[in-house]
Amino acid sequence: MDLQSYMPVPPGIRMEENFFSLDDILLSHERLPCRTESAFPRLGFLEKSSETRDIPEGTKMEMPLWLAKGLYERKRQVLSVELPKVYREEWRTVFGADPIVVDLHKMGPYYYGLGSQMLHFDSPENPEIANTILQTFIGRFRRTMDSSQNAYNEDTSALVERLDCLERSLKWVTCMYVCVIERLV
Amino acid sequence: MSLLTLRRNFFNVHVITTTKIYRENCLNEAKTEGKSELIPSIKFRHSCLLRNQRCIAAYLYDRLLRIRALRWEYGSVLPTTIRFHMCAEEMEWFNQYKKSLATYMRSIGGEEGLDITQDMKPPKSLYIEVRCLKDHGEFEIDDGTVILLKKNSQHFLPRWKCEQLIRQGVLEHVIS
Repeated sequence: MDLQSYMPVPPGIRMEENFFSLDDILLSHERLPCRTESAFPRLGFLEKSSETRDIPEGTKMEMPLWLAKGLYERKRQVLSVELPKVYREEWRTVFGADPIVVDLHKMGPYYYGLGSQMLHFDSPENPEIANTILQTFIGRFRRTMDSSQNAYNEDTSALVERLDCLERSLKWVTCMYVCVIERLV
Repeated sequence: MSLLTLRRNFFNVHVITTTKIYRENCLNEAKTEGKSELIPSIKFRHSCLLRNQRCIAAYLYDRLLRIRALRWEYGSVLPTTIRFHMCAEEMEWFNQYKKSLATYMRSIGGEEGLDITQDMKPPKSLYIEVRCLKDHGEFEIDDGTVILLKKNSQHFLPRWKCEQLIRQGVLEHVIS
């Protein structure tokens, strides 16, 4: 099937998710370390380690993003979400030093998407996280675009392996347009 | 990127699970009456229901987007292998889409209308050299001549007749 006729729903921009976007659905499947601030009665069967009927307060569990977003409330303490290690102080310093060297695919293939969604959880480090994500993208952007321009003539698969999903889709779109232009010229 | 058969069994299981979870929630709500302890669990189950609903809606919508693309690739008549994978409602949607597209094409380009599904890439010449990639049988062109499309045979044919077959992979444009 010619890929040009099929136009899937793109992922959301900034902190919004597109309801029908398959990329956003996959993104919201990523797990986050959380801590319950109130008990969840009758849901004990979900916690394999405990044998109680309820999930007690203060349990540490890993929840997918969609569940964490659904349960999180600013006013009432139901859940507290911890930052995954890629968004913490140590890694932010690494990204600040040289964003190009990091293998973003291994660090979680949805670095930018998940980072934008983490801003929903009112962490005090939100401004720093947002700034780091932006600066990382800017730092890596040039390399990504250069490789798409050259992909026609050389094998760039080694570079592509280290890209996160957003960068890969960007590269794919650019490569497609480079091919179109090459054919016209 | 082919369309697979709509998995009806999967949907039945989903409906049963959803009903069970929903009933559990209603039961809990009935008992609450001022106690707010059960609310986190109710929210938990509700989030699960919304998630399932979102996944299924996105799956069905994505199928429709692919079916829409099929109109541009294969034309008005879909091959039987593809129709086999579509359910009745999707066929109905496809027919409606075809009608809308045809109405639109008739309304532009003067009296005869304009077929915008032709010439998707800028054409360079009226007739093109094509090679057959698989056996396709007999093919009739505008002046009545019948050509036998056998694998590896080459022909010099009008571009607008070949376009659809090239997109389907039956013919290959030979650029010498």
